[in-house]
Amino acid sequence: MSATAAAETVDLASASVRELNQRLHDAAGGGPAAWRVENPSGAHALAAGLDAELDVEIDGHAGYYCAGMNKHATVRVAGNVGVGVAENMMSGLVVVEGSASQAAGATGRGGLLVIKGSASARCGISMKGIDIVVHGSIGHAGAFMGQKGRLVVCGDAGPDLGDSIYEARLYVRGEVAGLGADCIEKEMRDEHTAELRELLELAGADADPADFRRYGSARELYTFDVDNAGSY
Amino acid sequence: MCGIAGLFSKSFATEERLGSHLSAMLSQLADRGPDSAGVAIYRDPAPSGSVKVSLFCEERDYPWNRLEGELAEVFGSVSEPKQIATHALFTVEGEGPQLQRWLADEHPELRVMSIGEHIEIYKEMGDPRQFVKDFGLESVSASHALGHTRMATESRVTTEHSHPFSTGLDLCLVHNGSLSNHNRLRLELRREGIEFQTDNDSEVAAGYLTWRLQQGDDLETALNRCLDALDGFYTFAVGTADGFAVLRDPIACKPAVMAETGDWVAMASEWRAIAELPGAEDAEQWEPEPGRVYHWAREKVA
Repeated sequence: MSATAAAETVDLASASVRELNQRLHDAAGGGPAAWRVENPSGAHALAAGLDAELDVEIDGHAGYYCAGMNKHATVRVAGNVGVGVAENMMSGLVVVEGSASQAAGATGRGGLLVIKGSASARCGISMKGIDIVVHGSIGHAGAFMGQKGRLVVCGDAGPDLGDSIYEARLYVRGEVAGLGADCIEKEMRDEHTAELRELLELAGADADPADFRRYGSARELYTFDVDNAGSY
Repeated sequence: MCGIAGLFSKSFATEERLGSHLSAMLSQLADRGPDSAGVAIYRDPAPSGSVKVSLFCEERDYPWNRLEGELAEVFGSVSEPKQIATHALFTVEGEGPQLQRWLADEHPELRVMSIGEHIEIYKEMGDPRQFVKDFGLESVSASHALGHTRMATESRVTTEHSHPFSTGLDLCLVHNGSLSNHNRLRLELRREGIEFQTDNDSEVAAGYLTWRLQQGDDLETALNRCLDALDGFYTFAVGTADGFAVLRDPIACKPAVMAETGDWVAMASEWRAIAELPGAEDAEQWEPEPGRVYHWAREKVA
C-alpha cells in the first residue's frame, strides 16, 4: 500500500509542522488514510506520534525524530532523515529512501525500520524489539545496549558494534570495524538464516542470508552474573 | 546546543548572494542558539601591505573617527571606518601583529574581533534573526563565510563570549559542544604566550589552534592534534583565507551535515539550514565522520 494521487497533501512551505501532525493525529479518528507531505526541508518531528494505520509519504529530506513513537502507521521518506528517525517506534513501518543520521530506531519496541542508504552512529541504540534493516553501512556503536529485536546491516559496521548488548540479534554482511564490550560473533543456525531471509525480503534488500555473520551478547558482563542479581 | 553554518561559494552567483544565503541558514539555526550570533565573512582582500581589522566597543558612540586619525599617524595609510552596528572595520597599512599589539596597548577599551587580509568578524548578543538585520548581512557578497548561533552553557552571554573566535590572521573558529579540560589548557597556553579575552571553553580551542599554527603546523595537522589535546564534545568549523575546515570529536556527540553542488559547499548543524540554499534538494549530502578533518580551499588568492 502506498499513497496515491488521491492522497491528502500538506505543503510545509505554507503549513506548520504542528498543523501537519495535528491533522495526522485527527485522522486516526476516521479521516483520510493516505497522506503526502511536500517541502519538508529538514523540519523536525514530522509524522511523529502516529497511532493509526495511516500511509504517509514525505517528499524530501526530513529532520530529527521523523516518525518518532510510530504505532501502526507506514511512513516513507523520499530523502534523508536527521537524528532519531523512528525513535521508540512501537509498531508499523518506516522506510527511508536515503540515509539516516545518528540514533536511527533508538529504543524502538516494535515495527520495522528500513534505511535504503546508510545510517551513522548509534543505529539501534537501546533497541527493545524493533527490527532495523540498513541496505548500506552503519557508523560506530550500533545496537549499543540493544535489548531485543534484530539489526541487519547489508554493508559494513563501524567500531564498537553491540557494546553491552543484551538479547538483540545483529546480522552484518560486510566488515565489522570492531565489536564492543561483551559482543561476540555467534553461530548462524537455520533459525537465524530463516529470520534473516524474512527480514531482507520485507525490507526489499537484495542480499543472500548466507553472506551474513551473526553477532550477539556473550552474557559475561556484571549484569549477567547471578551473584550480582541482588544489586538490582 | 548552538548552531553552526558554513558556506563556500563555487560560482559567482553564490558569491554575490552569500550573505543572503548565510542569513537564511542562521535564521534556521536561531532555535539552537538564541543567546547570540556571529559571522566571519571572507571578502574584499586588503591591498598588499595592508590588513583589515574588525573592532568592537561596548560604548555606543565610540569616536571611531578619532581612532582613524591616530591610526593614520602611527601606521600611515588608513581607510575611513566602516561602522556596522557595534563594530567598525578599518583597512590599515602595516602588519597584523604590530597593529594588534598597538591596539592592545593604546586602546584596551576596544576588542579586536579579527585581523587579516580577507576576514571580517562580527558578533553580538541577542536573537540571530535580529543580528542578521542589524549587521546588514543579507546584502553581503563574499567568497565564503562561517556563522554561529550560541546557546550559552558554561560561561556568560556577552559579545566577547560569542563566536567566531579569531585564531590568528585570517583564521577563526566556531564550536558546538563543550570542553572539559579548558581551564588547565588555558593556563598552559598562557605560558606559551597565547592571550585570552574570556573564560570561555571554545576560545581555548581557538587559542590551541593559534598556538599550533604559530608552531608551524598546517591547519590539518593542528586540527588532528585537537583530537588528543581537547577533552570534550565538539563540532568545529574553522575559517581560513581560502576556505574552511570541519572536525567532529571522535564519538560525534554533536551534529553536523554537509552538502555540495556545482555552486557551493555547505556545512551546518542541521539539514534545515542547508535546505535554504538553491539546489539543496539535489545536492550531494553526507554526515562528516567522527575524528576526520574535512577541508575546502580555493586556489590560493594571490
